[in-house]
Amino acid sequence: MAMVMTISARDTRRSVRMLALAGVLAALVAVVLASIALGSYRLPLGAVFHALFAYDGSYSDVVVRDTRLPRTLLGIVAGMALGLAGALLQSVTRNPIAEPGILGINHGAAVLIVFASATFGITAPSQLVWFAFVGSFGATALVYAIGGSRGAGSPLRLALAGVAVQAMFVGINQAMMVIDTRTLDRMRFWLVGSLANRDLSDLTGLVPFFVAGVVLALLLGRSLNAIALGDDAAHGLGAKPAVIRLLGMVAVGLLAAVATAACGPIAFVGLMVPHLVRLVAGQDERWVLGLSVLAAPVVLLACDILGRLVAGSAELQVGIVTDVVGGLVFVFLIRRLRTVRK
Amino acid sequence: MRSRVTAVVACLAVATFAVAVLAIGTGDYPMSPGAVLRTLAGQGSRYDYLIVTEQRLPRVLVAVAVGVALAVSGAVFQTLSRNPLGSPDVIGFTAGSATGGVATIIIFGAGTATVALGAIAGGLLTGLVVSVLCGPRGLRSDRLVLVGIGISAVLVGVNSLLLTRATVEAASQAVTWQVGNLAGRGWGYLWPIVVALAVLVPVVLLYGRPLLMLEMGDETATGIGVDVDRVRRVLFVLAVALTAVAVATAGPVPFVALAAPQLAKRLTRRPGPNLVPSAVMGALLVVLADYLGQRILDASLLPVGVVTSALGGAYLAWFLLLGRRSAARVPRSSARVPR
Repeated sequence: MAMVMTISARDTRRSVRMLALAGVLAALVAVVLASIALGSYRLPLGAVFHALFAYDGSYSDVVVRDTRLPRTLLGIVAGMALGLAGALLQSVTRNPIAEPGILGINHGAAVLIVFASATFGITAPSQLVWFAFVGSFGATALVYAIGGSRGAGSPLRLALAGVAVQAMFVGINQAMMVIDTRTLDRMRFWLVGSLANRDLSDLTGLVPFFVAGVVLALLLGRSLNAIALGDDAAHGLGAKPAVIRLLGMVAVGLLAAVATAACGPIAFVGLMVPHLVRLVAGQDERWVLGLSVLAAPVVLLACDILGRLVAGSAELQVGIVTDVVGGLVFVFLIRRLRTVRK
Repeated sequence: MRSRVTAVVACLAVATFAVAVLAIGTGDYPMSPGAVLRTLAGQGSRYDYLIVTEQRLPRVLVAVAVGVALAVSGAVFQTLSRNPLGSPDVIGFTAGSATGGVATIIIFGAGTATVALGAIAGGLLTGLVVSVLCGPRGLRSDRLVLVGIGISAVLVGVNSLLLTRATVEAASQAVTWQVGNLAGRGWGYLWPIVVALAVLVPVVLLYGRPLLMLEMGDETATGIGVDVDRVRRVLFVLAVALTAVAVATAGPVPFVALAAPQLAKRLTRRPGPNLVPSAVMGALLVVLADYLGQRILDASLLPVGVVTSALGGAYLAWFLLLGRRSAARVPRSSARVPR
């Protein structure tokens, strides 16, 4: 009893975090296995392991190698990018509802991707990602010009700016697709946000962007802790808030561009995950970023699996599932936010 | 001041009429403005008369009616939410009406009247859900807009889910409708929305004065003797109904409800909802957007909703450059987010 009493709050926090880390890792493994096994053609777990570790070209092995595995890997990469981008954006802007989907950043990337595809006929993700980066960065700047403010911005105003900008981008996309039916055909499903039917070799070109974004984001953790105290305190600690924010935005741009180029604009993953993570990890940005990067693929893959199962023989794109699930979580979150007047 | 409002309304009405004449002259069988005017006065050729009255006039009139409905609804919502961006397209009622419409197209098949009823039911239901979710203070809360955004996302997802379950024909019909489209809108579309406007708009205008008081703040309004809660409730229902009627007629045409009241306010330089100038401005925007949609490209016609999105972009840029300080006003209570 006496020993329990001497455990400080700090140690408790630490053990909670380690426990959360272990739980998230276990969930990630479980959801990856489920993503490989479940779908219109169900595989027993044994067949999954057989395909992964003793590939011999049987039908189920081919299904796993050619369809399920690429899809799952894509989900992991896109999930990590989205979760990290959301966590970063929330702390850089000090705004609890900041997220690349809600703020229209993903759709900014999508506009330039559709444009590049319609005008120059580019289809390779490794080339499209450059356009995506310009789009995501431009959209971030635009949303901030309209809805941002110094220090902590108002959730209401930022969300409205994001919605307005996003509506504009969606309109531009629709116009481009009405004009060019070939683009419509190519982009129709991608624009909803989908993990299906992507060739892994297409995605290798995205890896440098992804790695750069992840490394930059994770390196910023300590600096973000400093600016969370307020700009004056951050200056006192020797941090440069303006530089940190700019680097954070670059990382967000990179990550949102990778996720959008790979599987279309997907919203709300970057919102839900960091909030869930903060419940257990507290306010240390290093832990929030680290746990978000592992937990976001769990959420994205779970939504993808749900989309494969609910629509019967057809399947629901993951972007639709995250809209429904994430929209509800968003409403729940708004109801809990003390800073938004009841 | 009053004379300025009158002048603005008159100018906007003249502009709307001018664009309408141009729009009537546009199509596979082009007509000069003079010919259009002669035909409207009953002195054109019989063929011109048929083309105008059977096809083009009803479409333009539907555009006017949709514009009025959206703009009045937008003006009311912007006053109720006390936010210039708090229009029905942003806070989810347009999406709710669209879901209702798409659901009726897919589940019951497509009759104009049933789609309209579905859209109205969807809009009202969304309004109900959003106001319940806003909490005890209901429509007065800052949550209104944010909850609406979340619900919008859910509804857009539900729309897509419905589309995956539909037959190809129903899905393509629903998709065309969902963009916001005036193509093929004849007299059959016009009368329902005209009747709805004739009932709803006068009631909104009756509440014009209390609405103006609300803009000065709830405490002030109560002090002057306005029953704030009742006024809010009534206007909320009226505005949702107006949006739903517009969406039922032309699909969810974006940005008109957002932009028209603000543009009108800039022109009249008067505080308050500016209901009449907003209504005329809305009519002008939709007629203009539909005209441009038929004019911009030779080969394909752009649906009006796509054009209003693009115009909305221009409006946003302008909002950003000129009106930031005065227009982007937000209730003080939400201005800080402690960590």
